[in-house]
Amino acid sequence: MRPFTYARPDDAEAAVATVGADPGAVFLAGGTNLLDHLKLGVATPSSVVDLGRVTSTAITELDDGGDGDGDGDGDGAARSSTTRSGLRIGAGALNSDVAAHPLVRRRYPALAQALLAGASGQLRNMATTGGNLLQRTRCVYFADTTTPCTKRDLTQPCSAREGWTRYHAILGASEHCLATHPSDMAVALVALDATVQVLGADGTRTLPVAELHRLPGDDPTHDTVLRHGELITAVDLPASPIAARSAYRKVRDRASYAFALVSVAAALGVREGTVADVRIALGGVAPKPWRATRAEDALRGAPATDESYRAAARAELADADPVESPLGGNRFKLDLVVGALTDTLRRLTEEQHS
Amino acid sequence: MTTTIPIGLTVDGRHHDLDVDPRTTLLDALRERLGNTSPKKGCDHGQCGACTVLVDGRRVLSCLTLAVAKDAAEVTTADGLAPDGALHPVAEAFLAHDAYQCGFCTPGQVCSAVGVLDEAAHGAPSAVTDDLTGPTVLDRAEIAERMSGNLCRCAAYTNIVSAVAEVAGDAARRGSTVEGADR
Ligand SMILES: Cc1cc2nc3c(=O)[nH]c(=O)nc-3n(C[C@H](O)[C@H](O)[C@H](O)COP(=O)(O)OP(=O)(O)OC[C@H]3O[C@@H](n4cnc5c(N)ncnc54)[C@H](O)[C@@H]3O)c2cc1C
Ligand code: SF4
Ligand code: FES
Ligand code: FES
Repeated sequence: MRPFTYARPDDAEAAVATVGADPGAVFLAGGTNLLDHLKLGVATPSSVVDLGRVTSTAITELDDGGDGDGDGDGDGAARSSTTRSGLRIGAGALNSDVAAHPLVRRRYPALAQALLAGASGQLRNMATTGGNLLQRTRCVYFADTTTPCTKRDLTQPCSAREGWTRYHAILGASEHCLATHPSDMAVALVALDATVQVLGADGTRTLPVAELHRLPGDDPTHDTVLRHGELITAVDLPASPIAARSAYRKVRDRASYAFALVSVAAALGVREGTVADVRIALGGVAPKPWRATRAEDALRGAPATDESYRAAARAELADADPVESPLGGNRFKLDLVVGALTDTLRRLTEEQHS
Repeated sequence: MTTTIPIGLTVDGRHHDLDVDPRTTLLDALRERLGNTSPKKGCDHGQCGACTVLVDGRRVLSCLTLAVAKDAAEVTTADGLAPDGALHPVAEAFLAHDAYQCGFCTPGQVCSAVGVLDEAAHGAPSAVTDDLTGPTVLDRAEIAERMSGNLCRCAAYTNIVSAVAEVAGDAARRGSTVEGADR
């Protein structure tokens, strides 16, 4: 491991300034991705800036400017059961704590389920909300510095194209990179319309999680739109009644402790047998958590049936570009998406009947 | 030349002051610097769970933790769960249920199981919990899921689940497996 200096600043401004001043500096949160990459030689920072004293671990209800129950009638009624006020999750909040939080479990079940489907109990006790969003791809060639990889080094070819693509993208990839974003949590956050709070040298900004990650195009080296030194300080979940009727479904090679081949985060509102409202995001299929807007458009106003759900999945996959490779390729993901999405929406439909 | 950084660690109840290179993992600090070889180095990449210890009471992977980042932390290893050779109930259950063969993964399994019991006592759900807002009950499926971060090359899994189930059952009978509480 290359030597690096270590700093543990006391506040966010100092952390941003320290990393901003050194092009080779990185933030350290739980370390579950960074430490792995330091050992593999994938990350070779000159300095490591520990966020241990910097990022908030709090999970708090967002003041929506109303009386707390969000209906604006001033009675503050049924605050404990309301789905109307949002939630702010500090970037330092641990994956296990977010998943176990009563308000997350009740109001945003897809988020709790996505977190619980990721990694292991030990890792979730270390991994943070900010670090989870910014974890890098699990493409095996990216992690192996003896194989060429464009994401690691723009001057090198991509080894995956002709290689092992079981965990690679069928949507949104480019000829330069077809690696998937591995986070389960991020898929749920995108479906739930979450936003990230970012602090940079010039102040704060807010952006939708759906716009945090970028597609590779001709520069796969940058996974996100964040500039060097920008710090994620929090994730905000908007108040959303439909979020309480959400679920996360992960399909993988082992029953536990494995990354997604395909995953689905969905929220569904059904009225009189018709889809009134729907949110869908897919994981394991694209370089970023994939908001399935085509499927959503196809579903709004459609009958809440398996046929509609299958047709919506196929609409989303219209531009899919699976890889046929000597090592098996990933065409199988097309059927997996249709099956996983249909199954998730069917279950959400049945819950609303019972 | 790298500069070292002074840190303090309390390991299994004993305080240690040491200077560490910032690259030193908690696992290497425990094994190489403090001579505590109960956490094992299986993969060194977060994939096997052999290095599991409790930091400030929660199970974590010491191989993916920088020692400098844990200055002033309270670390408990499997060794510390057996002060003066008096085995922890989880370790006793591993013996009773033959929950190991070579024993390499066992210290990590035992620390992880202690963490699982504590998490369940605080009402934490898992990926196989059907009702996220309901009570936490450690049945075999729950235990297998919660212990999935600990691999065992000898495949003692069935007996590991039995061992943890026995202790979970005792805990449940004492009423410490509580309903849906937040942690
Ligand atoms: C064996 C194994 C299995 C796993 N399985 C899964 C899985 O199934 N599903 C899944 O989703 N994940 C899985 N993971 C990945 C895990 O979820 C991530 O490693 C973890 O979420 C990263 O969080 P961290 O706090 O440890 O980040 P770190 O490793 O500390 O940091 C990751 C990156 O984010 C940057 N960073 C961290 N915090 C901030 C911030 N606040 N602002 C700006 N930059 C920041 C760091 O500089 C670094 O580049 C697995 C990991 C391992 C080792
Ligand atoms: S798919 Fe992307 S990350 Fe994987 S080898 Fe190709 S360029 Fe690298
Ligand atoms: S040695 Fe830490 S998880 Fe394998
Ligand atoms: S007992 Fe041998 S690895 Fe588990």
